[in-house]
Amino acid sequence: MSDPNSKLLTPQNPVGIVGYGAYVPRYRLPASEVSRVWTDSMGATPIKEKSVPGLDEDVATMSIEAARNALLRAEIAPTEIRAVWVGSESHPYAVKPTSTIVAEAIGAVPNTQAADWEFACKAGTEAMVAAMGLVGSGMAGYAMAIGMDTAQGRPGDALEYTAAAGGAAFIIGPEDDSLAVIESTYSFVTDTPDFWRRAYQKYPEHGHRFTGEPAYFKHIASAGLAFLEMTETTPEDYAYIVLHQPNAKFPQRAAAKLGFEPEQVKTGLLVSEIGNTYSGAAIIGLTAILDEAQPEDKILLISFGSGAGSDAMALRVTESIEKRRHLAPKVRDYISRRTEVDYATYVRMRGKLVMK
Amino acid sequence: MDIPRHWRLRKQRYALVGEVCDNCDAKLFPPRDICPDCGEEAKTLYSFSGHGEVYSYTTVYDPPVGFEESAPYTVAIVKLDEGPLVTAQLTDLEEKEVEIGMPVEMVTRKLRSATDERGMLVYGYKFRPILNASLV
Ligand SMILES: [Zn+2]
Repeated sequence: MSDPNSKLLTPQNPVGIVGYGAYVPRYRLPASEVSRVWTDSMGATPIKEKSVPGLDEDVATMSIEAARNALLRAEIAPTEIRAVWVGSESHPYAVKPTSTIVAEAIGAVPNTQAADWEFACKAGTEAMVAAMGLVGSGMAGYAMAIGMDTAQGRPGDALEYTAAAGGAAFIIGPEDDSLAVIESTYSFVTDTPDFWRRAYQKYPEHGHRFTGEPAYFKHIASAGLAFLEMTETTPEDYAYIVLHQPNAKFPQRAAAKLGFEPEQVKTGLLVSEIGNTYSGAAIIGLTAILDEAQPEDKILLISFGSGAGSDAMALRVTESIEKRRHLAPKVRDYISRRTEVDYATYVRMRGKLVMK
Repeated sequence: MDIPRHWRLRKQRYALVGEVCDNCDAKLFPPRDICPDCGEEAKTLYSFSGHGEVYSYTTVYDPPVGFEESAPYTVAIVKLDEGPLVTAQLTDLEEKEVEIGMPVEMVTRKLRSATDERGMLVYGYKFRPILNASLV
């Protein structure tokens, strides 16, 4: 089991996902609208369309809904949750936790840990690894990890096509109670300045072409290859793979490099329909897989966060999935609930109009 | 802004937590500690399911201060499945035509627009058309 000298992180007590829930807001901005306004509709677009939050939505409200969906599937009392951790790069407050709002709304207060996590797009999986530690050590019965974002790109910037809103919540608990057992994890982290946002700045900066090879591909491949080697598994052992998805091309190319087939990638690849949900991107793809997977299917998840790092983890789906996945809305319920907006409406909804 | 008041109301606002009468099982929202049906003390907390239907509604085009950014919006009286009537904004409507009797479900949203960039964010219940009818 657990070996502190191994690079692989394995909990002392086996753990898994006891409940999961997704959330995607209903509005969609087609990429063609961004290119109509900024490039006279010239050139290819990186995705079909992205999700846009409503005027009354933010990372707190979206996390609350995903968390409620996770609780419905977990069939536990909210007071059994001993940590509520929210990973995001668009927390509503600069100072004041999102996690206390979520914990209060789902009824997990006051006997709980609560904190907000930040690591660009991998804050959600980092929180999952921490939750595995808290539960796997025996300190807590259940812990909730959320990755959720309402990402913003500078008007006209390449990121404006894809920066989207959505994410997922997971309740980590004991193996016996799990819909999917998380066997082990491995993280690969370096200091890489591919993307950042300084204090008080509204929009992030990125290193343009520098974001691809030395950042996304290097960290995903390093985490993935090391994980496969240490777990003595091969791509054929997995029914699905889901990666961080900043656009449609990157995850497909990275999965192919690791030796996976398009068939293993497609269920978890939602970016073309909802955009890049940042902290939510890899894990909302995981919810799409859990909505469909069969007992004993294995899933490989690899996140990526700029700055930079990747968390790799393998999940094994259990028999319980068939009864409990129907207890809450599936991610496809949210994706098919779709209201298209034009660029002008988007600008109003995202607060890009200066009113004073 | 009245921070103590928002703070006191957070449980009922975030999650529709009201009370139930131990004597006659009537459900109370908002909580008022005395059962309107039998007059007994009713202080046991009760979490409403969040499901109900539109009892009456109106659309606001000329909003009060703090709600300008979201106008026009629809306010409804919702009859909860457990009985009580609550007044709340409807959200995520779009092309959906509101009608009396329309089934709705509770969501927690930002209650007022963020025109004041320094103030406290206020969250609370709103209602939207049912997302997945098979789950109700
Ligand atoms: Zn009574």
